[in-house]
Amino acid sequence: MKKHSFGSLAFMSLVLLVLYLPIIVVVVYSFNDNTARIPLAFTGWSTRWYDSLFEGRGGYLDALWLSVKVALWSVLISGVIGTLGAIGMTQRALDGKRRSGWFDAVMESMVTLPIMIPEIILGLAFMVIFNALGIRGNEARLVMAHVTFCVPYVFLSVKSRLVGMDQSLFDAARDLGASSARVLRDITLPLCRPAIISGSFLALAMSMDDFVISFFVYGAGEGTLPIKIYSSVKVGVSPVVNALCSLMIAAAFIFAALSRYLGAVKKARSSRNQMGLTSE
Amino acid sequence: MSEEPILRLEGLSKDYGQGMVLHSLDLDIYPGEFLTLLGPSGCGKTTTLRLIAGLEQPTSGRVFLEGVDMTDRPPEKRPVNTVFQSYALFPHMNVFQNIAYGLKTAGVKKAEQKQRVEEALALVRLSGYEKRMPSQLSGGQRQRVAIARAVVLKPKVLLLDEPLGALDLKLRQEMQAELKRLQQQLKITFVYITHDQEEALNMSSRIIIIREGRIEQIGTPEEVYEHPKTLFAASFIGQSNLLRGTVSRYEENGELTLNVMGVSLPALSDEPRQKGERLALCLRPQRVRYGSEPQHGMNLQGIIREKTYSGGMQHTLIGLNDKLTLNAITQASELDSFPLGSMVYVGWSKQHAPLVPDSELNLDQAEGVL
Repeated sequence: MKKHSFGSLAFMSLVLLVLYLPIIVVVVYSFNDNTARIPLAFTGWSTRWYDSLFEGRGGYLDALWLSVKVALWSVLISGVIGTLGAIGMTQRALDGKRRSGWFDAVMESMVTLPIMIPEIILGLAFMVIFNALGIRGNEARLVMAHVTFCVPYVFLSVKSRLVGMDQSLFDAARDLGASSARVLRDITLPLCRPAIISGSFLALAMSMDDFVISFFVYGAGEGTLPIKIYSSVKVGVSPVVNALCSLMIAAAFIFAALSRYLGAVKKARSSRNQMGLTSE
Repeated sequence: MSEEPILRLEGLSKDYGQGMVLHSLDLDIYPGEFLTLLGPSGCGKTTTLRLIAGLEQPTSGRVFLEGVDMTDRPPEKRPVNTVFQSYALFPHMNVFQNIAYGLKTAGVKKAEQKQRVEEALALVRLSGYEKRMPSQLSGGQRQRVAIARAVVLKPKVLLLDEPLGALDLKLRQEMQAELKRLQQQLKITFVYITHDQEEALNMSSRIIIIREGRIEQIGTPEEVYEHPKTLFAASFIGQSNLLRGTVSRYEENGELTLNVMGVSLPALSDEPRQKGERLALCLRPQRVRYGSEPQHGMNLQGIIREKTYSGGMQHTLIGLNDKLTLNAITQASELDSFPLGSMVYVGWSKQHAPLVPDSELNLDQAEGVL
């Protein structure tokens, strides 16, 4: 490995420090013992904010639970719509090699439009239409809105995977006696799985993260976590938020580390197989 | 071939909306044949194969297998299997699962699946490779798995779409022999697609030359090589001197004289011709003889313009006049000692220089032309 000079190491550390300093502050303050209304000074270590978080004080846990529920439903529904849509459009495009493709082009841009329209416009539009249709359920409104902007992530991810695939795979399966439903089950879906998973994770992150659209859409009662945090900022952030954020950061780190680790294991295994091949 | 055809294509046409790809193709294929569809890319041969497999629907015409109309049957219900050009092995299944896939969809029991996959692997000499993933196989091995996957179902007809196209020359020659052996062993009818005329000549029992969606000629390798029926067939199969000219003399016994760029060439026709008719004489370079005495009774002279020695053979260019040049190929064992520029007598056996109707064909675009 190349040795880094002292200068470059120092610079790198500085960059990382600037990037992670806010996060470190949040984590440190989540253990702050100071119970002042706006606790600026660090007065000592304590887990009191974690305790009150898990006691459900301040409603943060409820908001998190709503966010998770909405995100999971949105990912599930948009996963199905996005995947099937991508498969259908790709197959149409293949048949359509000989047809004019303008219809598909229009369809495709319409599917991906929600991620290009400013969120504030989408949010406003949802609010208007939900009110006009009399859809009142908080969760239903949130899920419907989230599905709309989650679909493109799954759709684009699956579609790019399908387009890059050898089309004769599907012909071969038909040729070997599989009905089109069976081709979908045995060939198309398994081959799309990595794309479905990565698209869904992106959609999950987008849904969990969304503030603007949710803010317009949610009706009576508590909002999702971002809304809850935003509204509590106005009355002064409770250190409970710090505790919650620290836990979410920890979860993100663990998740990232795990996926790196699994990736490395997989790579090692396949290169071992490769070596087995050449040693023959 | 008086027996019933196993596969009959009747007036098969295909139009993708941008002009006809196939023009009313009629073809009978007999049991046990190794039939090759030969033609340049885009001639409609892959379309024909896909129509037989059911992967495309014909615009008009019908496909019969053993007398049963297959035209409206989906591909999964046709007793034919395909070896795809890209092999199309399922990347998420290992070799065993790939080969067993067709058996699985057919509902064959596990024990029988195992046994038949083993047999198929033995047939393509890949026993013991069951657990490998396609990504861990070489090109030739993938090819064999693709063949095993198709033949394990014991199809009535095996369709092969340029299966050797992606392999290098040496491997291709090996696989040619392998495929021939397989075909004889399995006694399955093969419909084979290639644009490689040498491959077609080597392997087939019958060759169909296709050009722009129409059959140009059907015949055994020997027939299409020795007796091309069209200028395209002559130019596509093997090397030829294609001498295009006008009939200046015709006699009842078939003897005629063809005027090619001011040179009068004697020829023999097996059909009646007329004076003034435009014909092309197909003269294989291997058939051209030259020497210090008249050859084959012809009074034809030329000048040796160029000599190239290339591994066991000598290529010679002989100018008959300023414009007309003949290609000759002689075995290295019969090397001549004529220096460049010397006058020689040129001739050939007239029986082995067939005449075909001249057409508007642009020879520069046809493959395999000298």
